[in-house]
Order: sequence, then structure tokens, then C-alpha cells
Amino acid sequence: MNYGPIIFLGVFLTIASSWIGLVLIPQVQFGRQQEVKIEETGEIYPTVRPGLAQQGMEIYKANGCIYCHSQQVRPEGYGADIARNWGQRRTVSRDYLHDNPVMLGTMRTGPDLSNIGVRQTSVLWHLQHLYNPQITSKGSIMPPFRFLFEKRKAGDKPSPDALALPKEFAPEPGSEIVPKPEARALVQYLLSLKANAPLPEAR
Amino acid sequence: MSATSPSILQALSPSDTEDVAQRRALLAEIDASCRGTLMLFFGAALVWLLIGTVFALIASWKMHSPDFLADIPWLTFGRVRPAHLNAVVFGFASEAAIAVTLWLICRLCRAPLMHGWVVNIAGVFWNIGVAIGIGGILAGHSTAIEWLEIPGYATPLLFVSYALIAIWGIITFRFRREKHLYVSQWYLLAALFWFPWLYSAAQILLIMEPVRGVVQATVNWWFAHNVLGLWFTPIGIGAIYYFIPKVLGIPVYKYSLSVIGFWSLALFYNWNGMHHLVGGPLPAWLITVSIVASVMMTIPVVTVGLNHHFTMWGSFHKLKDSPVLRFMVFGGMSYTVTSLHGVLLALRSVSEVTHFTHSTIAHAHQGMYAFFTMVMFGAIYYIVPRIIQVEWPSARLISIHFWASAIGIMLYIVPLIIGGTLQGVAMINPDVPFLDPNKYSVVTMTVPYLRVRSVSGFIILVGHLAFATSFIWIVARWIKAARQHQPTPIVSNV
Repeated sequence: MNYGPIIFLGVFLTIASSWIGLVLIPQVQFGRQQEVKIEETGEIYPTVRPGLAQQGMEIYKANGCIYCHSQQVRPEGYGADIARNWGQRRTVSRDYLHDNPVMLGTMRTGPDLSNIGVRQTSVLWHLQHLYNPQITSKGSIMPPFRFLFEKRKAGDKPSPDALALPKEFAPEPGSEIVPKPEARALVQYLLSLKANAPLPEAR
Repeated sequence: MSATSPSILQALSPSDTEDVAQRRALLAEIDASCRGTLMLFFGAALVWLLIGTVFALIASWKMHSPDFLADIPWLTFGRVRPAHLNAVVFGFASEAAIAVTLWLICRLCRAPLMHGWVVNIAGVFWNIGVAIGIGGILAGHSTAIEWLEIPGYATPLLFVSYALIAIWGIITFRFRREKHLYVSQWYLLAALFWFPWLYSAAQILLIMEPVRGVVQATVNWWFAHNVLGLWFTPIGIGAIYYFIPKVLGIPVYKYSLSVIGFWSLALFYNWNGMHHLVGGPLPAWLITVSIVASVMMTIPVVTVGLNHHFTMWGSFHKLKDSPVLRFMVFGGMSYTVTSLHGVLLALRSVSEVTHFTHSTIAHAHQGMYAFFTMVMFGAIYYIVPRIIQVEWPSARLISIHFWASAIGIMLYIVPLIIGGTLQGVAMINPDVPFLDPNKYSVVTMTVPYLRVRSVSGFIILVGHLAFATSFIWIVARWIKAARQHQPTPIVSNV
């Protein structure tokens, strides 16, 4: 093997093969997948996220939630995703049509979030959990995202925006914790995570 | 390396010694031509290594003590972690890889690095690109695509700098005086060609004009696995192929194994990536193809392993005298172990347990650190004294570096693979709660292992500080010697 061009040709062909196989063919096979009409409900699925949830996705991206939370449910009988109530069905490619980037994730330091909008529907729960995970999930190793909240001087009575907190987590009297727009957007994004439409291909 | 052997007359005549002198002069010329460029890349790599290590420690500490530095947005776990990855991958490892590659190409081609200033400029811009990228990640501009977190405004700079470097490497190859191609050169040339293809394809399809839906995941893992498989691995293997025989002064065990090892790596490694998506929302054929390719990786791993280890066979006593050899052999053995472990992790039944757990993280560090980084350390210890003609000031510091890195990384990998696997066993058992502070639960059972990981990080940091001290010290001596115009004679036994 003393002939440079042969090595280059081999090196070119090998990478070209996987580029075709793992990039081009998937793009041809399911790169132009479309929404479908769900028979049971008559709704089009998946829908584009509303603006505030879309902004929330940027917060999710920026703070690297993906490094501890996956967004994919493995099929029944493979792992315990469904038994743990992380979804009623496996996730399929159509679930991700409007996600950019697609944040499947590779780590479950925390639970899967494909259906967190189904499991936890309360805005208050999410805000408290983001402010300090110990409030809702004692023993959690998730970092608190207090920087998505601000401490304000409280007026005579608590403002309607103030976050209700249990006593041991509440700030000193005279001040209150108010979620910043980022926190509210992030919660809307989390509430929008629902991969539960009864798709025929996911049965 | 020359094919024609000298006649008896030539061997007896004094012209033979002239030939040796000529060869020495050529080597000196080659080393001198690389000097500035290599020192720039090694120095910058060291700085990124230290920055990356600090990020790593912060991230690791946060995992068991989530309140640590919690109120600084740019130091939240989800930003520090990718900052660590990009600092060590694109700052440290890639720059060390580029420098080692350029030097090996020059040495093996018997051609000096021409117009090194072009590579220097590319190097400066590469570093600016990495700095902007990591600043961007900390500021919250991450793309949230694993291994490609650097925001789109910094990546063109990285790509252009890299392309320039790769072109320079290939030009040097074109001007080679040595017609024989050594096995290391195959790997190095392939890596120089593969990386820009991977990087540009991933940038275009994920960041500039993103493809739709889960095709993004296939492109992502095609890229991310190939950064290891087609960029770092070939350079690591190529370096081991050069340094172990070089230090021992004996040829590689078998040429035929080298050929099989190279082509099977080229053929199979680039198809591996989808094993990161087992159970995911993708067609079964895609994942199956990657699992098959991952199992086929046994061929290059075993052939290269046999070649490296049999070259070393019978010379293990020399590990005592040569730090370079120690780093190389540690790296080579880690390559065999980590790759066979990787084959195992790709299997569907194993992946069911280990996917989404810390055992993957441990595996990644086994490849990037126990194999690749250790090989780069060894190469730096060999190359630097030769290009600047100054001896390493302290053997003890090198020894501290080796042992701290070796013990530190083992203390990282072994407990975390065990802990991660147990985490996976717990996770697929729905009777074990996911989080319960008073019971055995998926989250809480990992905490002791995460603490051990932080301890290992501090040990590794000690090694890196020893390395930094050595490097600063040798550079200081080099500057001093350059001022006095009296290079210290090199009596190297590394």
C-alpha cells in the first residue's frame, strides 16, 4: 500500500457509503413525512407549537435540559418506559415533525419528558419544580433554576404573579418570588410535550 | 526504510557515516520546520485541557450537589457540561491531534513543513473559533445538538481553519521524499480527509439548513460517533503504530494485520452511529445496520490490538524507563478494552439496560481519555524535546502526570460503568421507584458513584497540573536557551 491515490479512493468510498446509507437514504425514506388526520378525533397531528411554548423550547435548549432528560418512549417490552408511565405508546418519527432541533436525548439522569405535559398538567407544579426541585421532588439531583425567577419587594398583599411556595422555601417576609417570562415560557413548552395521539403506526 | 541495502564496500567506506549525518540533518531540518507551529498547537491544547478539566469538575460536582453554583446562569449544569465537551474535544484533543499528525506526516514523508505560518494563522483562528463557541454555549446559545453545540456563528471559522490545516497536511504529503508509506500515514491521511466531510455535512444538515424530524437524529449520531471513529481513533492508532516500534527500535509485528486493521476500520466504523438510538423512533433497519457494523468492529480492534500488543510483547520491562512508552501502551490497551466494551454496549439486549445511563458516559471517557488523550500525552512527551532541543526538566513531574492520569481515569471508569449498569438494571425494573429519597431508587442509587467520579476528577486535575508545570518549565528553558544561542544537548531516553 504505497500508492496514495488507492488509499484516497478507498477512504473516499467508505465514508461516501455511510453518508449515503445513514444520511441520504433516511432523508429520502422519511425526511418528507407529513402530518396526518387522527381518525378518532378528526384533528391534524402533530400541530405546530404556539409561540410562547416555542420560546420555551429556546430556554430548554439554552440550559441543556437534554443532557439529563430524553424525549423518546421505547416500545412496550423493551425497557420499562411504558410501565413507568412515561407514555402510553412508543414514540415514532411523526411525533417529531415540528421539533427543531429534535432533542431525543441520550441520558436519563431525570425521567423522560415525551409526555410530561400529560403527566404534570399544573403550571404551579412546574414553576415550583423549576424554582427548587426539592419542593416537588425531594431527593432530586436536578439543579434549581432560580435564575429564571426574580425576588421582588412585596406590596401590601402578594401580587397575582407571585409564586406560591411552601413555608420552608419561601423568601423572607416582605419579598416575593416572581417567575421571569423565561420560566413561564419554559413551562408552556413542557406542557406542550405530549406524544400521546393515537397514531396508527405507533400501535 | 530504503529498499536497496548497501554493498559491503559502501558499508565499510566513510560515506556511510556521511549518509547518517545527512539523514540526521534532514530530521533536524524537519523538526525545526515544525517547531513554532507545534509549540503553538501544544500550548493552546494545554490551555484548553486545563479549562476543560475545570468545567468537568464543576459539572461533576453539580451532579451530586445540585445547589453548588446554582445561581449563576452561565454555570448551570446544562451549559458547563457541553462547554467541557467542546473545550476538550475541539480545544485540547483536536489541537493535539493536528500537531501530532503534522509532525508524523513530516517525519514519515521526510519532508519539512513548508510555509508553516499558514498553519499558524489557521491555528490562531481555530482557537478564536473554539473560544467564541464555548463563550456562546455558556451564554446560552448552544444548539443543543450533542457534539455540535458550538453556535452557528462560530463554526464557519472552525471549518475554514480546519480545511486549511488539512490541505497543508496533504500538500506536505504530496512533496514527500520517502516513497514508502508507513501504516501510520494511511490512518493520518484518512483522518485529515474524513473530518472535514463529517463536519461540513453535519453543519449544513443540522444547523444551516436543518433536515426535518428525526433525520436530524441520524445525522447527529452519524457525525458524533464518527468524530471518535474517523477523526480521533485513526490518529490515536496511527500514533501508537509509530511510537511503540520507534521507542523499542523494532518493526511492527505483522504488515498483513495492519492492512486488515486499516481497511476494516474504514469499512465498518462509519456505519456505527445509530447504535446510540436503539429503541428510538427510527426504522428498525437503520439501527440494525449499525449494530451489525458495531459487531464487525471486532475485526479492526482485534487485528490492531494484536499488532500493537505483539510488537510490545517481551519488551514490557522497558515501560520502566520510558514514559512515552508507558502512555502509549496504556492508550493502546485502553483502545482494545474500550472498543470491545463498545461492541457489547451496541447489542440490543445490553443497550436496553445501559442506554440512557452513566455507563455510556464512562465508556466515552474510556475512549477519549484512557485511549486517545493518553496517546497524545505520550506523543507530546516524545515530540517536544526533539523539536525545541531541550530536555524535559523533571522526570518526577512526568511520573506524577502518568500515575495521576492513569489512576484517576480508572477510578472514573470502573465505578461509573458498574454504577451506570446498576442504574440501568433499576431503570428497566418498574418496581424500583424512579425517585424516592428513602428507598433504593434510580436517581438516588447513582449518587455515591457520582461522588467517586468527582474524586477521580481531582486526581486527574493533579496530573494535568503536573503536565502544565512541565510544559511551562520546558518552554522557559527553551526561551532561555534561545537567548543564549546554546541549545542544551539532547540526551533523551524517553
